[in-house]
Amino acid sequence: MQSFPLLTVITFLPIFGMFLVLFLPKNNDKLIKIFTLFITSAQVVLAALIWSMYDYSLGGVYSAESFQFVEKAEWIKISGIAWLGTIKVDYFVGIDGISAPMVLLTALICFIATLSSWNIPHSIKGYFAMFLLLDAGMMGVFVALDFFLFYIFWELMLLPMYFLIGIWGGPRKEYAAIKFFIYTLFGSIFILLAMIGLYLSVQEVMPDGSKVFTFNMLSMMDPNLYTQDGILSHLNPNNFRLLAFLGLFVGFAIKIPMFPFHTWLPDAHVEAPTPISVILAGVLLKMGTYGILRINYPMFPEITHQLAWWIALFGMINIVYGALVAMAQKDFKKLIAYSSVSHMGFVMLGMAALNTAGISGAILQMFNHGTITAMLFLIVGVIYDRSHTRGLYDFGGLANQMPVYTGFVTVAFFAAIGLPGLSGFISEAFVFLGAFSVESIRIITIISTLGILLGAGYMLWTLQRVFLGELNPKWSGLKDLDFREYAMLVPLTLIIIILGIFPSIMLDFMNTSVNTMVDFLIKNQQLFSNIIQ
Amino acid sequence: MNIEYFFNSLAFIKPEIVISLGVVVILSLDLFLKNGKKLLPYTSILFLLVTLYYLVEQMMVMEPAFKPIDYFPMVAVDSLGTFFKILVVVASVFLVLFTMITKEFDEKFDRFGEYYTLIFGMILGMFFMISATDLILIYLSIEMVSLSSYVLAGFLKPSKRSSEASLKYLIYGAVSSGTMLFGISLLFGLVGSTNLFEINKFFSMMGAPSVIVFFSVLLIFAGIGYKISSVPFHFWTPDVYEGAPTPITAYLSVASKAAGFALLIRFLKLGFIGDIVSDGIWSTLPVFNWQDFLVIISILTMTLGNFAALWQDNVKRMLAYSSIAHAGYLLAALAVQTEAGVLAVMIYFAIYLLMNLGAFLVVIIINNQVNSEHIDDYDGLGYSMPYLGVMLGLFLVSLTGLPPTAGFIGKLYVFLALLDKNMLVLALIVLLNSVISLYYYIRVLKHMFLNKKKEAVEQVPNKIFESSVVFILGAPVLIFGIFFTPLVDFAKTSIHFLFSAF
Repeated sequence: MQSFPLLTVITFLPIFGMFLVLFLPKNNDKLIKIFTLFITSAQVVLAALIWSMYDYSLGGVYSAESFQFVEKAEWIKISGIAWLGTIKVDYFVGIDGISAPMVLLTALICFIATLSSWNIPHSIKGYFAMFLLLDAGMMGVFVALDFFLFYIFWELMLLPMYFLIGIWGGPRKEYAAIKFFIYTLFGSIFILLAMIGLYLSVQEVMPDGSKVFTFNMLSMMDPNLYTQDGILSHLNPNNFRLLAFLGLFVGFAIKIPMFPFHTWLPDAHVEAPTPISVILAGVLLKMGTYGILRINYPMFPEITHQLAWWIALFGMINIVYGALVAMAQKDFKKLIAYSSVSHMGFVMLGMAALNTAGISGAILQMFNHGTITAMLFLIVGVIYDRSHTRGLYDFGGLANQMPVYTGFVTVAFFAAIGLPGLSGFISEAFVFLGAFSVESIRIITIISTLGILLGAGYMLWTLQRVFLGELNPKWSGLKDLDFREYAMLVPLTLIIIILGIFPSIMLDFMNTSVNTMVDFLIKNQQLFSNIIQ
Repeated sequence: MNIEYFFNSLAFIKPEIVISLGVVVILSLDLFLKNGKKLLPYTSILFLLVTLYYLVEQMMVMEPAFKPIDYFPMVAVDSLGTFFKILVVVASVFLVLFTMITKEFDEKFDRFGEYYTLIFGMILGMFFMISATDLILIYLSIEMVSLSSYVLAGFLKPSKRSSEASLKYLIYGAVSSGTMLFGISLLFGLVGSTNLFEINKFFSMMGAPSVIVFFSVLLIFAGIGYKISSVPFHFWTPDVYEGAPTPITAYLSVASKAAGFALLIRFLKLGFIGDIVSDGIWSTLPVFNWQDFLVIISILTMTLGNFAALWQDNVKRMLAYSSIAHAGYLLAALAVQTEAGVLAVMIYFAIYLLMNLGAFLVVIIINNQVNSEHIDDYDGLGYSMPYLGVMLGLFLVSLTGLPPTAGFIGKLYVFLALLDKNMLVLALIVLLNSVISLYYYIRVLKHMFLNKKKEAVEQVPNKIFESSVVFILGAPVLIFGIFFTPLVDFAKTSIHFLFSAF
């Protein structure tokens, strides 16, 4: 179809950029910033190119043929006797309707976060080197189709994130950074164990007829490739499939973050500098739900069906609990952090519905939450840059002082509440539509709608506390937005409004894949469980 | 009796002969040449390289040496041994380089003759530890290594810390080798031979477990466990590692541990394994339950090492506890009792050598500059010495076992071996331990990059020699993390020539 390795370039461009940044002169801050901006805008161009060349009719999910922009090359192959050190790892990337929106989102958010990084006070070179490494790690997670590759990218972003929070963060940065690191590493050990278990249970047939163990994700989804006695094989009566599912789920749930593993998030958000908060909320959290969709669902369809109710339940807890805690916050950033917890709950609820509407809604919500929350954090950043405080009660009446800014805030807030006409509404509506049609989780869905009500509560209340009422005379000198801030906020606002009116732009993208996924889950549920008997 | 077998066997111990020649040459250089001291490091490296040449020649050889007619050999020459001997030689080359870099030996220090002689003596001992198949030879070689290392640990005579280290090392060493000797005598009383092949034959006829075997194995393990610093024989480790000159610390943590593990593998393999069934699974003779024993020891070792490391403020001491923890991971791989497990030990050890030596080297260079190993003195070093800071970061991340560094590959192979035999719980414990270890490794990075120094930061220029040695250690840590085919292939070919009893 095409020979230009688009996905490789979009993934490794930031790493290439990182090395160049390291060789740029240390004192020339401007050059480093502009160079990084160049790299991330090149990524946006590439993402747009991917979008324009994307074939809406191909489903992906489980068959290598219907993935797009596929690149496959042998990376590591140690041959020999099966049980002794043989490993086959492929460099295997490709996207389908589930990962394509995430690739677009990552490119977009990284570009905007670069703009937002203009005010980073010190060690510019180190900051942008780390930033680009983080960018590459996130992009890699979304394009990888080999579990080994996926895991390497997954872990690759831990260290840059640690330093980005730990060096350029707020007063309690060290605590927040190590907490983030330990939590995520704790989660990823379960992913690692499950990965090795799957590796030892799945054998790919080579062209010459020999069988080798494989890390290929698509092979792991094929019930026919499992070995008789693999530790995670459904053919093995004493398998650990349920345990592996839970392990993977916990690993990903920590990233979402799902209650009760969410406590790292408020700390990380509050201490992280604005652009890192933007990336954290905009992209990183999506990696959790993406992992569940990409790995847990198609590899363990029978357990997915068994445990869907629990996923919905935890989704509900996230929605309601996050909203209630958000309501009690006095810190602007913390409020948005908890609203993230609440909104990611919608993603889980949609996923648990296991039907087209629900999963489409979940993926769309991932994208929308990425843009909306990124915008909310930018908004906090704008006000924090000017006033150096984030207390909700320190402000008041900013609407008169900064009218344009308040306009953007209103759009973002209403999108977060889920006002019709803005993007947040569509995805939440789809989630509820999907979840409500499933009888077993209907009650959970009904309780979850409380989240919308509570969301409106804390958002409007915040609007009132910060932007309406009397202007605190202390802030009479605040200036409205400058050009750079326009450049960050305008694209996001446009996306929010356009996707609110024409959601089909995104829905078309994922439609075929989501349908494929739903069919695949039902079909494979039987395949995976029938043979157990 | 025929003396011919003795001369025939000499061909198999060429590396050992070169090392012995090295001892003689180094001593004479020091004694007879006026400016001999300056030549010592280069001569040592030369001899080590010649040894390396003969070792590489010996790859793929699997022969018994010192084998009287109709009797079992004293020494087994096989690729497993050669693999570990190569590791020892590589570590020794780095030891010489480290000695040239460090400033711990002051200018008036003039005992380098003895220093290098003792190192070569230690290498000889380790070589025999690695390939001995007779308990008497095992005991002798352990003693040879220990005696040299007692002196080397106390080489900074004026320093109280160093003398204390040496004395502690000596006392613990004497007790554990005495214990080991007692165990050997018990076993000899039972079997009537000290040869591992003879012992294996006896055990396979014995069948049921027995109290005497149990106790004698426990007692013998005291000697081996002391060398690999496994719990409960680890007490000497932190003090000795902290007090000894840093190059020696690095060497002890890598080379003598490698020899200890090779010895443990051989002792286990030749003495207690009946035969290898399909899929490389070892069938242990029922006289002693090695699997449970090793699982318990390994869990204790890694957990204690990691938890103790959490509270250390001295980086050297922290690395000492971390090396205890790594011994625990290696024991976990060995507990699997398959060839895949041994392969994991070999791969892990090769990687551990690189990253641990690297970490110690950066500690040496930093100590040269700031004259301290306390973690508070590392504040802001990431800004004054960015190159070293980044490299130490790389080594520590690799020690934690995060991709894309080589440490991850080592851990990966350990888990592959564990999960292949459904040892899920042990794998989980190893993983939880690496999460704990993250905390103290990252703490060093925190001090270097997150904490600011009070005074203004000025860049310290890198010295080319030091930086390139750091680079030589650091580059493979990153490269093997991304492309590990050559390393695994090397280990795999080695294991195909593993000497077995029958």
